[in-house]
Amino acid sequence: MMNASPLLSFILFIPLLGAALIMACPKEKHQPIKYIAAAAALISLLLSLIVFLSYDFQKAGLQFTQTYDWIKDWGISYGVGVDGISLPMMLLTALIGFAAVYASWKIADRVKEFFALLLILISGVMGTFLATDLFLFFMFYEVVVIPIYLLVVMFGSTKRVSKEYAGMKLTIYLLIGSAFLLVALIALFITAKDMLGYPSMNIADLAKLNFALGFQIFIYILMVLGFGTLLSMFPFHSWSPDGYAGAPTAVSMIHAGVLKKIGGYGLIRIGLFIFPAGAKVIAPVIAALALGNVIYAAFICLRQKDLKYIVGYSSVSHMGYVLVGIAAASLISINGAVMMMFAHGLMAALFFSMIGNVYEKSHTRSIEELGGLARQMPRMAVGMMLAGLASLGLPGTVNFIGEFTIFVGAFSHYRVITIIAVSGIILTAVYILRTMGAVLFGPRLEQWDHLQDLKGVEMVPLLVLGLPILIFGVLPFSVMDFINSGVASLLAHINNIMIGGIL
Amino acid sequence: MADILNYIWLIPVLPFLAFAAAGTVFIGKPATAAAVSIFAIAISFIISIITAVLVFTSAPGFIYESSLRWLDMPGLRVEMGLLIDPLSALMLLVVTTVALLVQIYSLGYMRDDPGFARYFAYQSVFAGSMLGLVLANNFGQIYVFWELVGLCSYLLIGFWYHKDSAKNAAIKAFITNRIGDFGFLLGILLLLITFGTLSFSQLPNQIGQYSNAAMLLVIGLLLFLGPMGKSAQFPLHVWLPDAMEGPTPVSALIHAATMVAAGVYLIARAFFIFSESAQVMSVIAYVGGFTALFAATIAITQNDIKRILAFSTLSQLGYMVMAMGIGAMTAGMFHLTTHAFFKALLFLGAGSVIHALHDEQDIWKMGNLSGKMPVTTVTFIIGALALAGIPPLAGFWSKDEILSGAFAGSHTILYLLGVFVAFLTAFYMFRLIFVAFFGSNHGGLHAHESPAPMTIPLIILSVFAIGAGLVNTGLTDFAFSRYITVSGLEHHEPVSAVMIISSLVAAAGIFLAWLIYQKQIISAEAIKTKFIPIYNLLQNKYYIDEIYAWAGKNLVLGSSRLFEWLDLKVVNGIVDGLAGFARWSGSKLRLLQNGQIQTYTVYIYVGLIVLLLAAICMSVNAWLI
Repeated sequence: MMNASPLLSFILFIPLLGAALIMACPKEKHQPIKYIAAAAALISLLLSLIVFLSYDFQKAGLQFTQTYDWIKDWGISYGVGVDGISLPMMLLTALIGFAAVYASWKIADRVKEFFALLLILISGVMGTFLATDLFLFFMFYEVVVIPIYLLVVMFGSTKRVSKEYAGMKLTIYLLIGSAFLLVALIALFITAKDMLGYPSMNIADLAKLNFALGFQIFIYILMVLGFGTLLSMFPFHSWSPDGYAGAPTAVSMIHAGVLKKIGGYGLIRIGLFIFPAGAKVIAPVIAALALGNVIYAAFICLRQKDLKYIVGYSSVSHMGYVLVGIAAASLISINGAVMMMFAHGLMAALFFSMIGNVYEKSHTRSIEELGGLARQMPRMAVGMMLAGLASLGLPGTVNFIGEFTIFVGAFSHYRVITIIAVSGIILTAVYILRTMGAVLFGPRLEQWDHLQDLKGVEMVPLLVLGLPILIFGVLPFSVMDFINSGVASLLAHINNIMIGGIL
Repeated sequence: MADILNYIWLIPVLPFLAFAAAGTVFIGKPATAAAVSIFAIAISFIISIITAVLVFTSAPGFIYESSLRWLDMPGLRVEMGLLIDPLSALMLLVVTTVALLVQIYSLGYMRDDPGFARYFAYQSVFAGSMLGLVLANNFGQIYVFWELVGLCSYLLIGFWYHKDSAKNAAIKAFITNRIGDFGFLLGILLLLITFGTLSFSQLPNQIGQYSNAAMLLVIGLLLFLGPMGKSAQFPLHVWLPDAMEGPTPVSALIHAATMVAAGVYLIARAFFIFSESAQVMSVIAYVGGFTALFAATIAITQNDIKRILAFSTLSQLGYMVMAMGIGAMTAGMFHLTTHAFFKALLFLGAGSVIHALHDEQDIWKMGNLSGKMPVTTVTFIIGALALAGIPPLAGFWSKDEILSGAFAGSHTILYLLGVFVAFLTAFYMFRLIFVAFFGSNHGGLHAHESPAPMTIPLIILSVFAIGAGLVNTGLTDFAFSRYITVSGLEHHEPVSAVMIISSLVAAAGIFLAWLIYQKQIISAEAIKTKFIPIYNLLQNKYYIDEIYAWAGKNLVLGSSRLFEWLDLKVVNGIVDGLAGFARWSGSKLRLLQNGQIQTYTVYIYVGLIVLLLAAICMSVNAWLI
């Protein structure tokens, strides 16, 4: 079981190492700093690919594990490992991290701080997905918040709201969310210690316990508040559009791409895993709130003029599908939810990187000012179109697989809610095509003739994020088999515990 | 011969590969892109022909199926498969033939377009998707390719994306189809939940043993929403006329011959579901019949050559859907086949005219084309005669099958409606011909016949438009009916009375058009002024577009405005309010810290007293207990 493989630790710490190296660089050496950042992200990505390709889904369960005692008296350990659910999240983080470095290649001001913070951020997000210890998970989650705040207020942009407001709102909102989690964590620790007779923060150990129903409900509510905020669950979503609008491109990419997914990941991998009975009681509430995401946010999208607000609200809308999948809590629906998180991450990051590119050159994100860019920037148009089509769940993109699987899984549990959620595919098509039409198509505008199309390093985000959208969309089994193995063993475990509890 | 079955997978895959090549490495080399694209569809065409020969020389029940696991987990399995039976073999023939001819034609039509390579890339991805749809062996796969052909339609309608009209038409097409697909997807979900499979070969058995009529009704109606969108049936028809913004060869291939027929194909493919519920069948029949009439009445007032053909397509699709609804599946598929040929011919002929007149599409600005463009004129007239149902051309036989089905199945209303539509069809087609090709206007003065890549497909298609109907006559021992059928479907022998009546009606339509527009014995203007409200109603397409635009603006954007207000003022307001409260209470509490020792001393004493009192209370309490 403890086949100590250092691969995951490398994936986790190489970006941090890169950050340390960058901090040691003289601050005017822009090129070396960027190369270090790119190299660190690339190594992390390649190692992630190796792990992804060599994970044995027939065997399932946690693999590539590594565990060391850390604070023994409290049962806290440094433990990393991947299963079928964290595996795609790890790959997603590595892909987006790598693309984000390249999407920021044109940064010229305070380069050193930017890339150091970016790498710390990537490490932090990666840590949450790899941790097998709840304390470690929580610690990495907190690690993430600080660099985001700094990146937004230092490198962000001010449009409808100021970047200071956006950064502060984002940070405080997420910290309040994490305060709920901290309460849950402490309560869990104390209760588990009594039941086990020894302290432990190992997620797998905790999941073996059969907590009282009242306690489960209490903790799961706290987790829904904490993780739900992170996942921008209605009505706790308002940090998300403002936050993305204020943030620099790379942060929007990482935030919408992977950080949000920690919320869904936590609800499944921690909430549902450790508190299945509590989750079952709360599920209908989540399903109902999910409609607030899917429909309400999609309607708001229809009227947005700033590209980042469109993608911001659209990501709120898409997270509703994930919530529906989690609420239905069947094998199929959770498979779909995990797939949807993976797919949405790629899509949102690609979208934000294309928007960032246009903004960098045109200094506007308003769809009323832009137009006809397919002529001046055909490659960018392909990238944005691909992101748009993925967003509206077109078959051939991996996003379709996520949506379709969620719909199938949720339909037998929440019929009315699923039907309403499915109608979201119409609204999404409306706002996405309207946006594409306004930005990419229509008459050529002379004021944008000077815009250069993507070339050189600018192509990296398009390829690194666009190709997986298509590859995994055409060959969905290549991800779904992993996810299914992870979710199936998680649900099998839950069933054991719940049946054991009834007896 | 049976070896060919090992290569069927190439039929959809080759065009996809051509798309990948033409869309990336050859995007800067137009000639190579076109060559790759045409080569791919030509190979697909050859394999399709060999396959069709195999299928149609075997016994009628021929079936071959193979599939790959695609999306698989307990309770959900979607495969990517190949299903070869007479129905799909027929569609393969139709799709690859028209696609190949249209691509060759496009060499001439799109010659000077800056997006030449992109155009052929789109053509290839369409061909691949459409063939994938045709070969699908389950509903999941058909949905995947259903959406992909919708995407191709969107891309090709909006091919000239710099035109706002093209851009908006493309969006309209996609969204209208999405509304239909919403129902279609729900239908598929219900099927999967109810029967646990999406496979065309497993579902019939399951459904045969199933007895919940209400569920079958719901599933049937939901599934039918898909064809309503894709085959542009009322009230989801609005996108098809606007789709004429795309290049004309696209209109011929996608918006006349193949993609729009996918809805009809789906009904035929899943006939075993629809035919389980009599209510579903009558909904299908009346939606189709109504669309046929509705669109034909609009067609008689239109002036744009492509729009006339578009409304004609709507009307003919309605015919096919109606045939399905009255249980005449064979007749519907037969009409789909002949229509694909003669309508593609008509669109390509229209394209030839538009090309010659430098993008003029108004029939009143044409005229006198017959002498200048002999090949186009003759082939166009052949297409029109076939469409009008003049014997012995293709459309006559297939239209007659439908009318015979309605007549024999005693669907009297639908039969009469069909006959009236046949009259209107002949009338509006020959109105077009007399005005555009023989009219006295001089629009066609400087027209030239189109180049060979354009005229050769016209000639080939006109051969089909003449002869394709013979596959279901006594000459071939009604081969079509023997192969394209489902169990329990009775074949109606053609009724000679029906044949005679419909021929006479069609001839009457042509005659009336001749009187009004050629001889001008009856004044079109006089009729127009006399019935001006009706004329306006028809000319404006019953104002359906305006109604939708109103609903979109007021209902959808209105809700959007409401929700945005809620989000900014209420949801965000609470968040900002809480933050404001924290700041406010902070600023008030801050006043306690005024930096004066005296104040702090007071606080200390107050605190001490409170603590003492508390201690006393507790000890008293403890003592009492």
